[in-house]
Amino acid sequence: MALLEVRDLRVVFQRKGEVPFTAVDGVDFDVEPGQTVGLVGESGCGKSVTAMSIMGLLPKRGNKVTGSAKFEDTELLTLSDRQMRDRRGRDLAMVFQDPLSSLNPVIPIGLQVTEVLERHRDMSRRKAMVEAADLLDRVGIPDPRRRLDEYPHQLSGGMRQRALIAIALACQPRLLIADEPTTALDVTIQAQILALLAELVRDSGTALIMITHDLGVVAGLCDEVNVLYGGRVVERGGRHDLFQVPRHPYTYGLLQSIPRLDAPKGERLSPIRGSVQDNIPWTSGCAFAPRCPNATDTCVEVTPEMVPDGAGSVRGERLLRCHNPVAQEVPA
Amino acid sequence: MLRYTVRRLLQLVIVVGVLSLLLFAWLRSLPGGPVSALLGERATAASRARLTQELGLDQPIFVQYWKFLTRAASGDFGVSTGVQPGDTASEIFLQRFPATLELSFLAIVIAIAVGIPLGYLAARRRGGWLDNLSIVGSLVGVAVPVFFLAFVLKQVLAVDLGWFPTAGRQEGGLDATRVTGFFVLDGVLTQEWDAAWDAIRHLILPAIALSSIPFSVIFRITRAAVLDVLDEDFIRTAESKGLTTPVIRRRHVLRNAMLPVVTTIGLQTGALLAGAVLTEKVFAFPGIGQALALGFERRDYPVLLLLILCAAGVFVLINMLVDLSYALIDPRIRTAGGAR
Amino acid sequence: MSTKSKIDALAATAGKIGDDPGVSVAAAAWRRLRRNPVFLTGAVIITAFIVLAILAPFIAPHDPTDPMLGDQVVKARNQIPESQEGHPLGGDQVGRDLLSRLLVGSQQTLLVGVLATLIGLTGGLILGTLAGALGGWVDSLVMRAVDVMLSIPGLLLAVSIGALFAQPNIYTLIVAVATVQIPIFARLLRGSMLAQRHSDHVLAARALGVKQRAIVFRHMLPNSLGPVIVQSTLVLAISIIEAAGLSFLGLGNPDDRIPEWGQMLGRAQNVIDSHPQLAFWPAGCIIVVALGFTLMGESLREALDPKSRR
Repeated sequence: MALLEVRDLRVVFQRKGEVPFTAVDGVDFDVEPGQTVGLVGESGCGKSVTAMSIMGLLPKRGNKVTGSAKFEDTELLTLSDRQMRDRRGRDLAMVFQDPLSSLNPVIPIGLQVTEVLERHRDMSRRKAMVEAADLLDRVGIPDPRRRLDEYPHQLSGGMRQRALIAIALACQPRLLIADEPTTALDVTIQAQILALLAELVRDSGTALIMITHDLGVVAGLCDEVNVLYGGRVVERGGRHDLFQVPRHPYTYGLLQSIPRLDAPKGERLSPIRGSVQDNIPWTSGCAFAPRCPNATDTCVEVTPEMVPDGAGSVRGERLLRCHNPVAQEVPA
Repeated sequence: MLRYTVRRLLQLVIVVGVLSLLLFAWLRSLPGGPVSALLGERATAASRARLTQELGLDQPIFVQYWKFLTRAASGDFGVSTGVQPGDTASEIFLQRFPATLELSFLAIVIAIAVGIPLGYLAARRRGGWLDNLSIVGSLVGVAVPVFFLAFVLKQVLAVDLGWFPTAGRQEGGLDATRVTGFFVLDGVLTQEWDAAWDAIRHLILPAIALSSIPFSVIFRITRAAVLDVLDEDFIRTAESKGLTTPVIRRRHVLRNAMLPVVTTIGLQTGALLAGAVLTEKVFAFPGIGQALALGFERRDYPVLLLLILCAAGVFVLINMLVDLSYALIDPRIRTAGGAR
Repeated sequence: MSTKSKIDALAATAGKIGDDPGVSVAAAAWRRLRRNPVFLTGAVIITAFIVLAILAPFIAPHDPTDPMLGDQVVKARNQIPESQEGHPLGGDQVGRDLLSRLLVGSQQTLLVGVLATLIGLTGGLILGTLAGALGGWVDSLVMRAVDVMLSIPGLLLAVSIGALFAQPNIYTLIVAVATVQIPIFARLLRGSMLAQRHSDHVLAARALGVKQRAIVFRHMLPNSLGPVIVQSTLVLAISIIEAAGLSFLGLGNPDDRIPEWGQMLGRAQNVIDSHPQLAFWPAGCIIVVALGFTLMGESLREALDPKSRR
């Protein structure tokens, strides 16, 4: 049985006097216990909103969330605010993009770790402090006892993100959502943080949803990958399948726009043309059609369905939402 | 931290020093002058000349300033010529300063006690009726001239309804014991409860009038600061930890939102002093403000000089304290060595 | 229909994502303001006030300087003409028609607000531009001076300046009120220019070899205008209120033939117990106009604030 089962998740932002905007438009995916699943796409594709709605962190007003997100047979979307608060931080936890702004600047790191322990594990402040030092040690922060009394601005970017990971894992949640956890960090630090995350989830058996626009992150970490476009999953597969045989033109485009050192000299990078703003609504065709090199008349008339894709399934099941998938393989 | 304090104190000395010179020069350039004020416009030339010499006003201004400085060093700021002729300026200051301090303190307490909770609630329920109502209230609070508000309060609550006394600091008949010059404190210290209560009753209306502008400003800054903080990433982190709402409110929202509010409170002390000049006149409240108004009317140089200097000094001092308390709330300033 | 045009048409109907690109800050601010009831309320009040000030001499029923009801004034018995036929609000302390004085008073009040703001703005513009654009010792000097000025509570400073003039009149009153605003404008301008001195567009201009003067006047000043406009709107309200305060303290214009609301209010203090209408009418006018300017200023601030553009 899946740990998390997301079905037909829709998030519509509706502000008074403005045209409603559909940020997430029917997303389905599963996360098995201990599995690492990637949600990939460029900014505005709905990946962060998906995570926020699963966590129940969207603002209370101005949006409508429909569909289903079942966590161990509990429907998260219909939980009361209080019930959701009891679960957040204990069963599901989240790590955010910008570690500096995600930590409270005026209270010490120690308290920011212990408050979650006090809340969910009924620990006394004193016991929680010992546990917090242990947690900081486990995420690789040197001299953790001293760090407990320090403030976020006294830590380096990498250390801050480690502290946030320690906070998220403090109550041993079964699901961790990491929303672009390395984007705001230096490249050298990025690799360390990813390695740390991979190690921690492996050791604790925590399932991880990795939200990123960086295919490199996905390649190194994820068991299964969901490529999102315009608020829908357009392609799903194991990471090997997906990288070796990208079938959706969007996935293909993403891979093609990564510079490669082994590319023949003189070959140009081929970026995807246009931007998310060129999207058309899914109801009237394929949202990616305006930017798609393979687009035909069918693409703007018939909405493509998510169907098993035989051609791309090398090692596991493969799903695809496209009328004209890419035929060729990525040059190795 | 210590270096910072010393530097700010030095700054205070410089500001007050420069200000004293400017004020001194400025007072001498005022038309009229104490001689006319004391003797009237129709005095003879001879009597004018005699008084001018008596007051030392015939000497060059730098000599006068030097004399003022040397005397001031020993606590002698001259004798009042208009506000309370015969009393020394420092006597007048010591007598009246506690009154204004009491009044301003109560006013700022009212402004904080109403402004901060209301600002917080308005931000939490942004766009709701409480939010809109209190925004309109705060805008009206700024638009109403302080002395007019004082008049209305006095007329309705004191004169017509008789709930409060109309003027002064305390009923004369009470014969209260004086200890500190703060009438409320005196009443508490000597356990003369009727005296303390009477002093409080005298303070309430002027304090409400005086608090109108600080309240408006503190309310709006609190509201804006809370709105800003609610939007911060670390609030989202706190929510993602599943913390309860009271903890998030207290530990994460309010502590961060207080930073700009504290600065604002310091800046409002200036507005309080200005407001005191107007409010004290309406309620015939014997404080610094009333003395200033009288001093201007009667060209009382020594009193004006001392009172304005003290007003500026208190203003700078309070803002220094505010900056220091800021450092206590915000660890980023504390650990950066207090430079900025 | 071709595929492309169909896509274009469809794309145009799709939900808009954020602000349209290519719309200037000013245009975007205006678009938000047009629908903002707070701004509209303020704008209506101010428009009415200005129209009134212009038309006042034509719609005022009587000559505001003529003590035509003087025979009903009895000083000893504190008697002042009440509302009567032809004089709906009655008369003032010397028997002049109160309604006419209120109507015509709008002119001087508008003059006080506008002139005081202009003087304060000009003074602040000169000081702030010098400090913000040149930096270094000029900056230190100007800002220390500004700090000293700011360390005196505003009304006290205005009173001090007002006391300097042997023969006070409406213009000395305006100068007194305006002087208080100079350091505030100077600090504001210097702050916003300093913030830009290290901004990318100024650095880029400098790197391209654009002259200092051109950078200041063509790049830095125009971009500092937003906060200055907001502050000016608020100062319009403040100066009208402060002028009333000065009149109340007896430092206003001693010549009361030409009416001004602040002066009318200040002078009503002695008769407020027996004839509150003499204070309430001018006070009401001041409050409404000050509120109008404040409403406009606050909604402008919100519209120009990038933080509120969510």
